[in-house]
Amino acid sequence: MNRTANSILDEKFLDVRAKLLEVAADFDRIDRAASDEGPLSGQSRDHRERLGEAINILRSDGADRAERLQKLFSRDYESSWRKEMQI
Amino acid sequence: MDYIDPHIHMVSRTTDDYATLARMGCVAMSEPAFWAGYDRGSVDGFRDYFHQLTDTEPKRAAQYGIQHFTWLCINAKEAENVSLSRDVIAMIPEFIDKPNVLGIGEIGLNKNTKNEATVFLEHMELAIKFQQQILIHTPHLEDKYQGTRMILDMLSDDSRIDRSRVLVDHVEEHTITEVLDRGFWAGMTLYPITKCTPERAVDMIEKTGGERLLANSAGDWGPSKPTAVPDLIFEMRRRGLSETLIRKVVYDNPMEFFSQSKNFTFTLRS
Ligand SMILES: [Zn+2]
Repeated sequence: MNRTANSILDEKFLDVRAKLLEVAADFDRIDRAASDEGPLSGQSRDHRERLGEAINILRSDGADRAERLQKLFSRDYESSWRKEMQI
Repeated sequence: MDYIDPHIHMVSRTTDDYATLARMGCVAMSEPAFWAGYDRGSVDGFRDYFHQLTDTEPKRAAQYGIQHFTWLCINAKEAENVSLSRDVIAMIPEFIDKPNVLGIGEIGLNKNTKNEATVFLEHMELAIKFQQQILIHTPHLEDKYQGTRMILDMLSDDSRIDRSRVLVDHVEEHTITEVLDRGFWAGMTLYPITKCTPERAVDMIEKTGGERLLANSAGDWGPSKPTAVPDLIFEMRRRGLSETLIRKVVYDNPMEFFSQSKNFTFTLRS
């Protein structure tokens, strides 16, 4: 790593701002439809909750947010899978 | 800078792409066998495809000064059909001594099913029997973590597998550490939608140091960018990373990994 935190933030500020705006507008669009047509249900509601958890990860500390986000969106791994699949 | 794309599906690309890659510095590439966008109906469909991979593509590439290598298998998606898979696995030895074949790949999992795992293990047997290197496809999105762990289990449970001759591809932030820590090579795929951007890939290079790490475009028939490796080179330069490290990831590492295959004869530019 040969760049300062300040220089990285300065470089990415507009980019991150734009990405956050896209997410905000996506959520607004969902909410507008929900107030007109009824609330989210089933898998869509689960997905919306998952996106909320993802935002909590973004708000947390630590330089492993990308990894934690990936795991949030992953199916669980069971080390006993070979026994269960009989393979 | 000269570079090698270790995972690109040139049968899906135009001759113009070969020309562009050559101008961008691509000197060699390896093309794993994979899904064609539809399920093939018979073992003869695969025989024709392997002919294309071992004869047609090397000739197309050579016109642009690019050396083309390949890997053979039935991909994880079609592996759901176990009987067809067995026919294909039995036919692969017809092609295994062709001069551009580096090994068996890209084998792996897609939806992490029992049939896929069965066919994966049978491919492993084939690779062991013919002392072939292995190139592995890990699943996408929510299936990646589980599928990668399952693949690593199958490989690690078999003491005949030499981990330094296995490349586990499409690693991301949540799978890269496990792959490298267990002694395998890891490949990052730069892909517009389901995989990794050049920026995230460079983050992973910075975090791991780039040892046993490769980067590829996986350019295929879907939304993909065959020139993604030059994008990675550009991002590394932009961050001020050393030319030695850049060269290691895009040239020295693939060279070192491929050199373990007896068919890898690379002619340096004079
Ligand atoms: Zn592929």
